[in-house]
Amino acid sequence: MNHEEIVIAIKDIIATIAPDEDVSALQMAPKLRDQIELDSMDFLDIVMELRKRYGVQVPEEDYGQLATLQGCVDYLGPKLESKKLVLTALKG
Amino acid sequence: MRYDALIIGAGMSGLGAGIRLAQAGKRVLILERHYLWGGLNSFYKRGGRRFDTGLHALTNYVPRGTAGAPLTRILRQLRIPYDAWKLAPQRRSRTAMRVRGETLRLEYSNDFELMRSEIARLFPAEVGGFDALCRALPAYDLGNTAVFERSARAELARFFRDPLLIEMLLVAPMFYGSASEHDMSWGDFGVLFRSIHLEGMARPEDGIRGVLDTLLERFRAEGGELRLRCDVAAIVHDAGRVRGVRLASGEELEAERVFSSAGLLETRALLGGAALADGATAGRMSFLETCSVLSAAPAELGHDATIVFFCDGERLHYERPEAPVDARSGVITCPSNYLSSAPPEESVVRVTCPANHERWLGLDDGAYAAQKERAVEAMLDAASVFAFDPRPHTVFRDAFTPRTIERFTGHRGGAVYGSATKLRDGATGIEGLHVIGTDQGLVGVVGALLSGISIVNATMLRPVEGAR
Repeated sequence: MNHEEIVIAIKDIIATIAPDEDVSALQMAPKLRDQIELDSMDFLDIVMELRKRYGVQVPEEDYGQLATLQGCVDYLGPKLESKKLVLTALKG
Repeated sequence: MRYDALIIGAGMSGLGAGIRLAQAGKRVLILERHYLWGGLNSFYKRGGRRFDTGLHALTNYVPRGTAGAPLTRILRQLRIPYDAWKLAPQRRSRTAMRVRGETLRLEYSNDFELMRSEIARLFPAEVGGFDALCRALPAYDLGNTAVFERSARAELARFFRDPLLIEMLLVAPMFYGSASEHDMSWGDFGVLFRSIHLEGMARPEDGIRGVLDTLLERFRAEGGELRLRCDVAAIVHDAGRVRGVRLASGEELEAERVFSSAGLLETRALLGGAALADGATAGRMSFLETCSVLSAAPAELGHDATIVFFCDGERLHYERPEAPVDARSGVITCPSNYLSSAPPEESVVRVTCPANHERWLGLDDGAYAAQKERAVEAMLDAASVFAFDPRPHTVFRDAFTPRTIERFTGHRGGAVYGSATKLRDGATGIEGLHVIGTDQGLVGVVGALLSGISIVNATMLRPVEGAR
């Protein structure tokens, strides 16, 4: 996955765990939880989906890296480089 | 065969727990004794019609997008879109109390201002106390067990001078979730008052069936397994740790954890004598419910209230009666009086009153049917006083008794709200065994789902604090 695809991958995970939120307008820099309604359990679900879909383990001390979309790209870039994008919510 | 988790009971709490676990990639199996899932909130067919059991209203109703409310939280956690259940809000409901021949009607709706203005109309001197009560209501918090030790009656007496208002405010919360007689805990009052009045009531347009279908679809889509007609004979444990379950068929299933929604005493029985909640007794509150199918909509007959909680006399007798049924207080529900774009094709009215489980046992078929007939007549007399008389318009009628409830839910004594003893954190003293559902202490569709979800989250899944 390249960086654009990682953004889509994260948006797809958010759209899966929060089906009523509109993910299309999410911006890169502001914190995700300031843009849409996400609580700490939702972040757990994001981490769980990353593990299920891509086999990526995010250790607890790194959770803070996922607070923004840019943070996700920077942190997950190397880990997802060789993975193929999986879409479940944003298909079609 | 080894599972990460086994769940006893495919009711709301079991399904909620199961979906959370399956979503997390856990291998999870739900074991359900009946041929249908849903537990207390299920349905049955009679005379070519489908009748819901349990569901009068979905409490905890909030509009789409309300942040942090139980309804929106459980939908998010289960990944169910807000529109999936097609929730139709109530029109308006009331608590009606007959005192010395005069009926006081306290109305409320999903607009909380209505209730406040009704308090001002009926009890002008108590409005300040009412506002203070709303500010002081305890929030639901798994960790705050102290509020469940306090008496709601005692707390309410700190806010109000008029005992009549205290009684009126207790009727709906008691009927919608009190396992204990006469009084409820301050914590439970807080949970129920919020869920009924500060939040609100709605009805899934397709009745409970639509909700049950969504939940099972979600569970299966995440890879969860469900076995119906599968009776658990024992919970296997040794050295203080759960090992799995043994089925009535003799088959043994191993698991890391077991979540039991069977109830406190029922779970204790499955443990074969292990100590669990010593001193806990079976709940005493059971109900008789009758459902009349009508040839006309209640609104056409002049009754447009969604739910009427009624009480004849200035003191609420929420207790197990001596008689088979006590029709002095109860609940009258009209599923066609919700603000729905697709109201049910046929209107029904349901009346529910406290009943004595023991009085429905040991009767032969004829005596049972005759007693049911007499009890239902008394309940419909009450409905005539507090709502309308459905009898002249009835095309079909059915009723279920505490005996029916016990048979289909497995709750001893037909105790709809379980034992008066609750395990708020779900912990049983046996490692890996957790109680969820009614006897964890949350009731109603949303409450029970939240029960399963919260106990799973607290035990097998940990929240992510770093990203906040």
